[in-house]
Formats: sequence, C-alpha cells, structure tokens
Amino acid sequence: MSDSNKVLEEITSSEYKWGFVSNIDSENAPMGLNEDIVRYISSKKNEPEWLLEWRLKAYRHWLTLEEPKWQNVTFPSINYQDIIYYSAPKQKINPKSLDEIDPELRATFEKLGISLDEQKRLTGVAVDAVIDSVSITTTFKDKLSELGIIFCSLSEAVHDHPELVKKYIGSVVPITDNYFAALNSAVFSDGSFCYIPKGVRCPMELSTYFRINAANTGQFERTLIIADDSSYVSYLEGCTAPMRDENQLHAAVVELIAMDHAEIKYSTVQNWYPGDKNGKGGIYNFVTKRGICSGAYSKISWTQVETGSAVTWKYPSCILKGDYSIGEFYSVAVTNNYQQADTGTKMIHLGKHTKSRIVSKGISAGKSQNSYRGLVKVAKRAEGSRNFSQCDSLLMGDQCGAHTFPYIEVDNHLSTVEHEATTSKIGEDQIFYCNQRGIDTEKAVALIVNGYCKEVLNQLPMEFAVEAQKLLAISLEGSVG
Amino acid sequence: MELKDTILQHYREQTSDVIADVRQDALNTFNQIGFPTIKHEEWKYTNLKQSLTKPYAIQPAATLSKAAIQEVLDTLPKGIFLVFVNGIFQPELSDKNLQGAEVNSFAEKVDVVQRYFGKNLPFTDSMQSLNIAFAQQGTFIRIPKNVSIEAPLFCVFLTDTQTENVFVQPSLFILLEDGAQATIAESYHTIGTNTSFTNLFSHILLQKDAYLDAYKIQNDVVSAVQINTTQLVHESKCTSHTTTITLGGGITRNNLSISLQSEHNEAYLNGLYVTQGTMHVDNHTLVDHAMPNCYSNELYKGILNDTSSGVFNGKIWVRKDAQKTNAFQSNKNVLMSKEASVNTKPQLEIFADDVKCSHGATTGQLDEQALYYLRARGIGEESAKKLLVHAFAFDVVDKIKNSVIKEYLIEALEAKL
Repeated sequence: MSDSNKVLEEITSSEYKWGFVSNIDSENAPMGLNEDIVRYISSKKNEPEWLLEWRLKAYRHWLTLEEPKWQNVTFPSINYQDIIYYSAPKQKINPKSLDEIDPELRATFEKLGISLDEQKRLTGVAVDAVIDSVSITTTFKDKLSELGIIFCSLSEAVHDHPELVKKYIGSVVPITDNYFAALNSAVFSDGSFCYIPKGVRCPMELSTYFRINAANTGQFERTLIIADDSSYVSYLEGCTAPMRDENQLHAAVVELIAMDHAEIKYSTVQNWYPGDKNGKGGIYNFVTKRGICSGAYSKISWTQVETGSAVTWKYPSCILKGDYSIGEFYSVAVTNNYQQADTGTKMIHLGKHTKSRIVSKGISAGKSQNSYRGLVKVAKRAEGSRNFSQCDSLLMGDQCGAHTFPYIEVDNHLSTVEHEATTSKIGEDQIFYCNQRGIDTEKAVALIVNGYCKEVLNQLPMEFAVEAQKLLAISLEGSVG
Repeated sequence: MELKDTILQHYREQTSDVIADVRQDALNTFNQIGFPTIKHEEWKYTNLKQSLTKPYAIQPAATLSKAAIQEVLDTLPKGIFLVFVNGIFQPELSDKNLQGAEVNSFAEKVDVVQRYFGKNLPFTDSMQSLNIAFAQQGTFIRIPKNVSIEAPLFCVFLTDTQTENVFVQPSLFILLEDGAQATIAESYHTIGTNTSFTNLFSHILLQKDAYLDAYKIQNDVVSAVQINTTQLVHESKCTSHTTTITLGGGITRNNLSISLQSEHNEAYLNGLYVTQGTMHVDNHTLVDHAMPNCYSNELYKGILNDTSSGVFNGKIWVRKDAQKTNAFQSNKNVLMSKEASVNTKPQLEIFADDVKCSHGATTGQLDEQALYYLRARGIGEESAKKLLVHAFAFDVVDKIKNSVIKEYLIEALEAKL
C-alpha cells in the first residue's frame, strides 16, 4: 500500500466520538406498532381529537403501503414491530427554568457541546433540544416572542397555536406522500415548530438538536417552519446518537412554507452514528424534507452536510410555486466504511421565472456507496425558469462507488436547464504539489477535500461551518488514498 | 386474443432449434416482465400501451413488388444493399457482390450462431428477450479476418402495411473478426398507411482490432413504431462509431448498449433527433466499462418541434476493475415550441476510483444573444434561427466518418429543418 493510501486509511478510520450513552430514566411505549400505540402516543401528549384522527388516518394509509424498493442502498428489512415508537426521558413536565431540567440531561447536551444555558452562550442561537421522542427545552423563547416569533416544540404548538398547526401540518408532505412520511405522521413524537410573522427578520439562528439515547427506539420527529410574508429565518439542525450494535430507524418529516418575499434557510449537519468499521449498527436515516415557496419572490435554501448514518436516504425538495421564487440545494455527503447514501433533491418549477441551483458534492471512501439522485421538473406554465445543477463525486480508494441519477423533465420551451457531473479521485499531482511545499499527505488531502466542498460549506452559518469542517476531517480520518 | 398470446402462438408454430438454448431464458424473461409499461423504470417516459392494443398480423409473408422496393433503394446512398421485407432477409432482392462480407440465415450457420448469438447478454429488457426467443429466422453477417469493406453494407428494412397492421421482429448477428473493418448502415421504411411495429434486435461482436462504423437512419412514417435494441460487444482493442439519426417515425425507442470487455477499446456514440408533429423519440444508451484503459465519448443532441417529445437516458457504468477509464457524455436539447417536451436522465455509476468521468445535460432554447447578433447584422429572424439550428445539429453530423452517408444525411436533415 502506498504512503498516501496509508494516510487515507488512518484518516478514515477514526472512531465516532458522540457514541456515549447517557444514563437517563426513560418512559417507553410498549414495543411494536398498532392503533393502540398511536392512541397511546396521542394521549401521552394530550392531543386534541383532530390530531388523533389525523394520525389514525395516516396509520391506516401506511398499512396499505409497501416499503419502496427503488433506492440504490441495501439493508436488511426492517421489522416495524421491533421498534419502540415512543420514549421520553422521565422528568418534570414543563420545566419552568433550566434548573429544573434533569442534570444528567443537561450534562448530555453539554457533552455534545450544546449549552442549554442561555447566559453561557456566546452566540445568539436559540436551541430546541430533542432527546428520543420529546423536546426538553427551548432556549431564548422570551426574547423571540417579543418579536412575535413562535419557536417551540411541536407538542406545545399543538396546544398553544392549534390553528396554525392544523392549517399547515401535512400541507407540504401529505400523509399519503410516501411510506416513511405516512409512518411518521402516525407516530411522530415531537419536533420543532417555528412561525415567523410578517416582515420580521429573525435576529438569531434557530436550532434543533436531536439526540437518540434509548435503545431499540425509533425517532420520528416532525418539524414545521412557516415564514410569513417578507420574513427571514435561518434554521439549523444537528443530530447524534449512541453507538449500538443494532440499527435504529430515524424517519423524520420536515415541512417548510415560505410566503411572499419570505426566505427560509435550512441547514443540517447530520451526524447520526454511522455504524462501526465493519458496518455493524448505525442509524437508518430515512427523512422526507420538503419546502414550498408558495409566495412570489420567496426563497428556500437547503444546506446539508451528511457525514453520519449507516444508510441515508433523503431528498430535501423545493416546490417553486410562487412566481420568481428561488430554490437552492447545497450538499456534502460523505460516506466511509460500509455507509450508504442515496440523497439529492427535487426542484419542481411551477411558477414563472423560478430559479433553482443544485450543488452536490459526494465523497466516498472505504467500502461505501454514495448516490446522487435528483429531479428537476419544469412544468408547462413555468416560463423563463432556470436551473443549474452540478454534482461532483470524489472517490477515495478502489472499494467504494459513486453514482448519479439525475432526472430532468422539461415541458416548457422558454426555460433553461443545465446539469453537469464529474467523478474523479484526488489527483496524485495535487498531492505531490502540496508535498513539495512541505504539506504532508494527510493535511494535503484535508486541504483538497475542503477546497472541493467549499462551495457548500460557505453556505453554512459561521459556527456551523467550523463544526462541519472538523466533522469532515474526522469522518474521513484514515481514508486518504 | 391479446397481442402477447398472438405473438407467442405464432412463433411456437415454427419449430426450429437454431437457438434453442438461449430461447428458454429469453422466453422466461419475457413471460415474467411482459410488455413494458410506464411502470417499468426504463420505460417511464415511453408509453407503448396504445400501440400494443392494436391487432397485428405477425410477420406476414412479403408481398412487395420488386419495383416498389427499387423505388426505396433509389432514394438511399450507394452501398451494398441487404433487403429485409417484413423482418426476413431476402437474398434474391439483395446485392450479390458483397465485397468479402458473408451474409447467411441463422439456419445456415447454426454452429457460429449457437456459439455467440444472445450469449452473455443481460436478459432484463422484455422486448429484447421477445426478439431473441423467436430469432430462428435471423440473419448472420460476417466480416472475415482482416477484410476491409469500403462501401457501406446497407440493411434496408421494409414493412408492408398496405392491407393491415404488421408486427415484425428482425434479428441480426454481426461478427467482425480480428482486424476486420466495415461500415454498416440500417434504414427503416414502412410502405402503406397501417401501423408497423418493429422490434429489432442486433447483436454485434467486434473481435480483436476490429473497426466498426455503424449508422441507424430513422426517417420512417408517422404510423411506424420501432423498438431498436443493439448490443455491441468489444472484445479487445476495437473501435466503434455508432451514429443514430432520428428524423421521422411515430414512436422510436433505441436501446444502444456497448460493452467494453477488455483493455484499450474505444467507443464513440453520436445521436441526433429532430422531431416534428407528435413524434416521440427515446434514446437509451449504456456504456459498460468492464476493463481498464478504455475510452468512451457520447454526444446526443435533440431539436424538438411542435408537440413532439424526446427522452434521453444515458448510463455510464464503470466496474470495479475498470481503472484509468475515460468516459464522457453530453446531451443537449433545444425546445422549439411551447408544446414540446424533453426528459433526460444522464446516469453515472462508478465503482473504480482512478477514472475521469463526466456528463452534462442541457435543455433550453436558441441563444437570444446569438440571435440578436445575427439580426443586428441584417439577417432576418427566420434565417437567423435557421442558421443557429443548423449550427446546433451539424455538431453531430460533422462527426460522421462515411462521406456518402454524410452527404445523404445532410440532405435529409435540410429537408426537416
């Protein structure tokens, strides 16, 4: 094995450092899924009748569906009766102040580098912390409510703002959308809810941190963000899970609604446990994310850095319904060891003069498989629409694979769609150039990878960008070749 | 009786064991998958339903007069004509001087056909399977070792639909032995107003150092439905140029699959589709890089008018061992009218790391600025547009190697533009 191969190997074989388990008492629903479980979850959360009905409808629809098989990933079939659908840390409900939160819980988030303590925070990021199935706390609530911004857990929103939830939940991702969306609609536990009123520019980053702790559980959260006319919000999402030998299922739904002139920026740093070096364990990350630019001149931007999960299978999408609306998708997906990713986006151009931009950077190392799958659809009346897509793949090592499946459907003759993709490995000449200048191979690879991903990382909010760069370096530790 | 049963019954009556061993596999596949529907991923954008519900006469005997055939041949560029009527090769109507090539029916060359035809091919497409299952009346074209044939071998497929709808399944096996060189062209003609349904399959095998220049010239009438499947296998150090030009026809589906099975093979794929009316053209290509140090370059362009629709699905597959592969693919489309549409899916599947692969796809309209530039220089809008469309299309035509065919195609293209 050449030197550079060795370095690659080292870089990509580092351990997952968020894999600890916190010792928190939790209250679990019985294992398995049936109508009673759906009722159990609903009653646990004291939900109104309409929501229970909605859940049951989703559950009944789910029963009629079959798990999709078209994806370019393989995993042993999931036994849906082997999962605990609801798990909540035992603690006082509705803590009045941070002091009332279980110290072990707080310690967990401290350990993850997420401070729930408002005073201690240096930067203004409001956090909604979700552990297993429930939201623990939301910081900076008061400050946000002064501006009329609602940022709370979805369960709270169901009680405090039922009219908004009722109007928008399932409006972008209907319960009949797909297998996992139907499952999520039936058993979703918690998640974040965010409403930005007309003309308000949210002064701080809103953030949700998801943590799976309990064993054998599935996480099914649901996020709903509504940006009213001329508002702006930037939202971050982060996630980790303990190292366990069995696979855990994460099937979330995210819905974004941007009205006239509104802008939503949604960033994800996904770092669920990817399984060990031999591909044992890890999270199945099957998420439905979709935003609708319902108003004119609105904008939705997805940025994702995907480094974790044993299997990632998701397509954050934009429905560009309003005229002159804009959709963006920036993604870095890193797979190592036996990880598999089938990810990409859908841009549905419905309105006139809508624009979309897709930049996807895949990096595969080890024995992993990395796919980009995307759809750009220009409807008949979407005159003057414009799309540009670029999806590049970087291969490290000769055991991995990179795939692109772009679907381009154009029904309008006044639109322009461009797509380009390249696949290559890190050039020996590039590494040699760095070596010559005294940069060792490992650093050279990090440098090249960083440069390769820069276009995407630049889209992340500052604090996250630093985090993501570190994460990239760690995910690829031991894989340079 | 459903079409599927009619076809199966028709062919079962003709018992011949020329290709008995691959037949069962092929038949099983066809029975399993059935006729393609839009639910099959590979057939998502091409709907055969309407064409498949019509009644067809299955490969009826030829009735065309010699004069009618000659009339068609006169329109084609000069070459060695091999005439097929209703799917079956007609030696008495074809040129006798083959300049070194050998043309036989499958039955006459059972041993070679049995050794190669339909072997080691993926049976995943039901139309290809259907053809292979009943290919006993196929035609075997052999270019012997080190023979180089200057004039194009012109396979002319005629379908007589003057009295009824006709379903035909021509099968070809083309073998270029070591160091052989040939130009092989195919063109398709429906005579009559009823529907012709052609399910053609050609299996082409290039042995060491062979050189093939292949053309498909599709300029048929609106009532023609064509499924055209080609499996082109490169054994070693071969070069192939394939050019697919579609200017007419009702529904045209081309499956071109190129397999590079050893080192130092080169494949060039060019395609141009110019569509009018309600035409539908679907080009599926697959380049399978199985071994290292191969090169492939693909360029497909489309100009879509009226309510026509186009599909391009290009797949580059680089297998684990195929290091040092260079593979390029480009698909460009211009939509000329409000009702035209195009669906493209350029795919890369790569399992080796030391490769250079890229693909690009664009869909748009004529460049406003270029149009303005020309008009500013006193060229009228119509002629300016024409000029730009020409420039767009001739990118592909320029790559044509054979000057006789090139001339012919330029003329045919001019007529369409």
